[in-house]
Amino acid sequence: MSSEMSSLSFPRKVMSGWCAYWVIRGHLSRRTYLLFALAGMLLPLAAWWWLSGSGLMDKVFMPGPMDVLSRVYNWYKNDNLLHDMWISTYRVVAGFALSAVLAIPLGLMIGTYRPVQALLEPLTDFIRYMPAVAFIPLVMLWVGIDESSKIAIIFIGTFFQMVLMVAEDVRRVPITQIEAAQTMGATRSEIVSLVIVQSAKPALLDTLRVTMGWAWTYLVVAELVAANSGLGYSILKAQRFMQTDKIFAGIILIGLIGLVIDQFFRWLHRKNFPWLYKK
Amino acid sequence: MDTKISIEAAGKTFGDGERDIIALQDVNLTVGSNEFVTFVGASGCGKSTLLRCIGGLETLSSGSIKVNGAPITGPGVDRAMVFQHYSLYPWLSVMDNIKFSRLLQVNRENSTSADVEAASGRADALLDLMGLTHVRDAYPNQLSGGMQQRVAIARALLPRPQILLMDEPFGALDAQTREVMHDLILHVSKLEKTTIVFVTHDVEEAIYLGQRVVVMAPRPGRIDSICPVKLPAQRDQDMKLAPEFLLQKKEILTRIRETAGMRTDRELLERMTRQAETQQNDMQ
Repeated sequence: MSSEMSSLSFPRKVMSGWCAYWVIRGHLSRRTYLLFALAGMLLPLAAWWWLSGSGLMDKVFMPGPMDVLSRVYNWYKNDNLLHDMWISTYRVVAGFALSAVLAIPLGLMIGTYRPVQALLEPLTDFIRYMPAVAFIPLVMLWVGIDESSKIAIIFIGTFFQMVLMVAEDVRRVPITQIEAAQTMGATRSEIVSLVIVQSAKPALLDTLRVTMGWAWTYLVVAELVAANSGLGYSILKAQRFMQTDKIFAGIILIGLIGLVIDQFFRWLHRKNFPWLYKK
Repeated sequence: MDTKISIEAAGKTFGDGERDIIALQDVNLTVGSNEFVTFVGASGCGKSTLLRCIGGLETLSSGSIKVNGAPITGPGVDRAMVFQHYSLYPWLSVMDNIKFSRLLQVNRENSTSADVEAASGRADALLDLMGLTHVRDAYPNQLSGGMQQRVAIARALLPRPQILLMDEPFGALDAQTREVMHDLILHVSKLEKTTIVFVTHDVEEAIYLGQRVVVMAPRPGRIDSICPVKLPAQRDQDMKLAPEFLLQKKEILTRIRETAGMRTDRELLERMTRQAETQQNDMQ
């Protein structure tokens, strides 16, 4: 094998290595994977750095990475960055948790019992297409302009999608798993709690992970509503003062918090569902 | 041999109203205690539907199915079922899968520690019988298809069911694994004295395992013929090459072909060949 390899001329060796990357659904060593992932993160950063330093764009519109970093430091020192991060995270998590607490049992019912599905799914589908943003005036009238209004908007943005996704996760539980329990004498509540919920759990956690991302996208919208703190609010305020570096900083910070939460969900997945990772 | 299952004038219709599909029509059959009965037939003959009706997963449209003389009303622990696949619980270890029915029992009644111990002993014995001792803590998706079906059978046997219903349980396995499983299930039926109703599309499997082979026919689903198997009670793999085995296989295959309407397909093929030939001649 090795003698065969060495008999290949150098360009051919490189070429065959290169072609191996493009095997459909092929394999990649962990090291190569990390290398590609790192390149994917660093190349845009380098491009940004170069673009901002090249003078092709006005500094006012395209601040460099260092400008953004110093703005973050400034924000932390003088402008209570931690409070903005905390209050935004609180709003997202509260709105998300509220919709999860209601959507999971409801989705479970829709995915398990046909009459509930017939009763609620078309309605949910209908409401899902109404833009959450359009509810803002109504939310302000009904809920007011305090914390709960921001949470309500995040809730409206995520809840209806979440119900449908949970219902779909529950419906994906193989019918033979349910029927096997029936033939073993399981009652209806046992089938729901010991089979359907257990079987759907990994998919449910993935659904939560995905909808958590959506909750963050509704944050900026929610903080449009008479907020005076938070990352989304800061981004909007920075626009008024032409502080593009602060806009950049806010967006990147939201991205970073999202990344951390996403990794947390993935860790939970590995921790709780070991059977999916043992082969 | 006393009667274990009696199927009387069983009928099953799917659909509501105009486009009804008759899955079963006037099916009559009795299955004896500790008998091994296999069902074969062309697709759509209702063999799986009949099995599911015995298991209580489907209800009959007419007629009745009685177990020990009492009509069945739904699924019950006296009738265990083994499915073709995807029936194991991937989040439970092999041992916990096998003990699942025990878990349900514990939920329901205040069982004594002696009961729990007895069930554990039973689970260990089944683990041993099925050759699963070395994978007792593994998860199902770490096992091969054959091993997974062993777990499914052990799980079904744990509460000592009187009847074991098997719906093409070895259909997804390779030929070698299937042979091993055949001898295993024959051993189980002798040891556990379980009445087994076994649905398959493999005629050879049906003859090798069954004391009787029930041939079913489609449209409407019905029993076409019942063939007692003339092999010695103690089966062995070489019998599959014996002349009487092959003869019976031929008879049953012929019945299935005739009832499945395969001949019209052959006519169609011949007509298509003739058409292709004339087209070729025209071009020349």
